[in-house]
Amino acid sequence: MIRSHLIRSRVIRAAVMPAALLLAATPALADDTMPPAPYAYRQLADPAQEAKAKALMETLRCLVCQSQSIADSDATIAGDMRNQVRLRIAAGEDPEHIRKWLIARYGDYVSYEPRLSALTWPLFAGPALLLLAGAVMLGRRFGAAQKAEGKGA
Amino acid sequence: MAATQGKGVRWALWLPLGLFAAFVALVVVGLLTPKNTDIPSRQIGQALPAFTLPPAADGQPGLAAGDFQGGHPRLLNIFASWCVPCRVEAPVLADLARAGVEVDGIAIRDHKADLAAFLAANGNPYARIGADDISAVQLAIGSSGVPESFVVDAHGVIRYQHIGDIRPEQVPMILQKLKEAGQ
Repeated sequence: MIRSHLIRSRVIRAAVMPAALLLAATPALADDTMPPAPYAYRQLADPAQEAKAKALMETLRCLVCQSQSIADSDATIAGDMRNQVRLRIAAGEDPEHIRKWLIARYGDYVSYEPRLSALTWPLFAGPALLLLAGAVMLGRRFGAAQKAEGKGA
Repeated sequence: MAATQGKGVRWALWLPLGLFAAFVALVVVGLLTPKNTDIPSRQIGQALPAFTLPPAADGQPGLAAGDFQGGHPRLLNIFASWCVPCRVEAPVLADLARAGVEVDGIAIRDHKADLAAFLAANGNPYARIGADDISAVQLAIGSSGVPESFVVDAHGVIRYQHIGDIRPEQVPMILQKLKEAGQ
């Protein structure tokens, strides 16, 4: 967000302005002047519920800032998402149910918690297979060395 | 036996270089492919969620999911007066409205006065405009920014999502999508 990068120096601002104007032309970075949603920056009264909400918000991806969680982002849409997460948790909804609701709208993109799917299984299987291949290779090498020693003796 | 083993070793020597070349090819492809930050909605083919939004402009009705039941397919435009591309899109929406398309709007986080000024300056192609001050409906239909437009059929089912402003050359495509939604 441009807003979160406010630079005090006038010189730097003059240099940055043209770039900032270019960025402002993209829809994601345009900004409104409405006050934030009620629970965008306000914590829930119940600490247990707030902890649940926070844990979920840290694993939900901001839609316009690409690499931030909605807990970290000052984008208004991230604030609106936090508002919804907090209100739903306060209403007793299960965090994973909220995550599923968002994935049904934005796809896996919106979640930082990797799911096992037809596309992602190599991520989980890959390390295990590599470890297995390493063990097999080591086994062979030691086996061969022992055999050679046996022959030599 | 020894000969085949030697061949195997020679082949294996080239393996790291091959892997490196594959890696470089991957990087080059990644650099040459234009960055796409669009997040398509997964709600295409789904019914609109139940919602009722208050009027965003004086003298014009607000918007509810029920407004999409019956009649013809409609174009649902997600926009805001503070959004620069929406200003660019306004004359295109006016063209669509002139072509007989029923355009409904959802104004995201907009002040009434700002919206009135926006409509006065850029024209008002909307039959109804609902005010979504906390992006609730926007999130419920899987929209991630403004402007976005959704083709909604006469049963209230989302049939198509257009991300970004509709350009003049895209008008025939949008009309086609509306026609398909009406079949």
